[in-house]
Amino acid sequence: MGAELGKYKSVISARSTDKELLKHAQDGGIVSSLFAFALDEGIIDGAIVAASKEFAAKNPSKVIIDSSNFDMIEPWRPIPAIVNTKAELLAAAGTKYNISPNVALLKEATRAFGLDKIGIVGTPCQMQAVRKAQLYPIGMRDVGASIALAVGIFCMENFPYQSILQLVEDHAAMKLESVKKMEIGKGKFWVYGKRGQVVQLPLKVTHKYEQPGCHVCLDYVANLGDISTGSVGSPDGWSTVFVRSKIGDSVWAKAMAAGVFETQPMEKVKPGLELVTKLANEKITKNKATLEARKTFGVGKALRNPYI
Amino acid sequence: MGLLSIFKKKDASAEPQKPASVASKPAETKKEVKPVADKITLGYTHLSGCTGCTVALADNYAGLLTLLDKYVDLKYMPTLADARHIQKVDVSFVEGSVCINDKLAVEEIKETREKSAIVVALGGCACYGNITRFSRGGQQNQPAHEAYLPIGDLIKVDVFIPGCAPTPQMIRNVAVMAYLLLKGTKEQKDLATAFLTPLMKLTEKNEACFCELMTQVINQGLCMGCGTCAAACPVNAITMEYGKPQGERDLCIKCGACYSQCPRSWFSFDVVENYEAINEAIMAALQ
Repeated sequence: MGAELGKYKSVISARSTDKELLKHAQDGGIVSSLFAFALDEGIIDGAIVAASKEFAAKNPSKVIIDSSNFDMIEPWRPIPAIVNTKAELLAAAGTKYNISPNVALLKEATRAFGLDKIGIVGTPCQMQAVRKAQLYPIGMRDVGASIALAVGIFCMENFPYQSILQLVEDHAAMKLESVKKMEIGKGKFWVYGKRGQVVQLPLKVTHKYEQPGCHVCLDYVANLGDISTGSVGSPDGWSTVFVRSKIGDSVWAKAMAAGVFETQPMEKVKPGLELVTKLANEKITKNKATLEARKTFGVGKALRNPYI
Repeated sequence: MGLLSIFKKKDASAEPQKPASVASKPAETKKEVKPVADKITLGYTHLSGCTGCTVALADNYAGLLTLLDKYVDLKYMPTLADARHIQKVDVSFVEGSVCINDKLAVEEIKETREKSAIVVALGGCACYGNITRFSRGGQQNQPAHEAYLPIGDLIKVDVFIPGCAPTPQMIRNVAVMAYLLLKGTKEQKDLATAFLTPLMKLTEKNEACFCELMTQVINQGLCMGCGTCAAACPVNAITMEYGKPQGERDLCIKCGACYSQCPRSWFSFDVVENYEAINEAIMAALQ
């Protein structure tokens, strides 16, 4: 195929040099470190990240609260939030494995939150949304030029909150509030408990809980981020980082110069770029087949194809 | 990237006012008294709209002056130009819906169609009716003006720019692309066509509201919960609940911004993957 990894200027395996930060991080702490550095340097004046209901309760001025059961305790439910400090970043670090509509804050970030230089982290589809909003700013007045750093994360598929609830509480038989970390890797869905227990589910179990909208997505490694990152391809505790745009290149170079990351060449690490390419191709091939099947879904009737 | 190299070369050239296409037909430019030969002509028809679209156009500030200076000859426009009567133009923007009880409005929209090569419905009212969809007449000082239609119900429209108000940046991008479409080189025309195609396809339907998100995105199994619709809504009628949009339909003004901004309503890889170069080129064109 060839285009499965998108355009990029460089790819490298990296991890944060901040040991404290790494304790909160999902893998190499790339997103948190990058935003912390960008905040320090004034490259961004705030970042839209996936925080939690606990964070939202403590920092109501950093989120837009919707009316969906907000008083209910819902561990691991992501709430998009605008963070301005490293402490807030750390409170929001880590992957939640369910939908955080980060783009929902993109316009308000420039309004009530008063940001001129926005950082945003998101899945590949959210990066697509951000770029469409820059090129076709139909409902996004004065937003496009304020996006100072968009960091994309690798994504095979996402889950609704209720799916994660079902996977963790029904399949893994753990209470969500006792979960310390969730992870997808080595062909399994891993749930780590706070007491040290570990449950692994075969990915096959998780498939029926995936968000349907993910099955038409043709982007695995966030081709449209300024920088995109994910654990796949790098050793445990490290992340694979693609530097894609001019903005990404400049921010990454500054961060490297400031010693924010330690790196290894991608060719030297296992499993390396080969695995990233393989998984990207798997996702794209599978979802192209879904799009193809949608064309003949009914009897002489197609389902809608969003791609022009 | 191939599409853009010429567009960029033009901007980097010593004579930014003269795009590459000018060189191929210098004879025409000499005949003109004013150096406007390669500008496109633009008209602006104002029907039942609140002037918000006009303000959005003007909110390009210096960008608007550059547009008028280098690319666009504004032939007529209420509010911003002396000439107000409809003339023959390359592109006309239409703001507002048509009140079919108002003879003048009906005549104007027809005349606009007859005299324009490209008609752009600017803003929610012209595209979809927007809040004029809620009119039942009885207002002063024309109580009998009660029936309003999006312009696409009376004439063929070529391009939609939805939203209430449409954004200055979107108007700017469409204006630059319209210029490239009419005056550019082959590559520039291809780029402009690719950029404008989704906005042309939008004209197939004259109805849009939050319901479009339900019927065309969620019901079709395409929503992935990015939140774009909630950000795009000008009246905050959309919230994201458990990662999916929840529309307060009584607040919805039917501007169509949520649906057209949604990355799963339409998405062109050819265009969006070149976002960096296109954005740079548009900014450079307006320097």
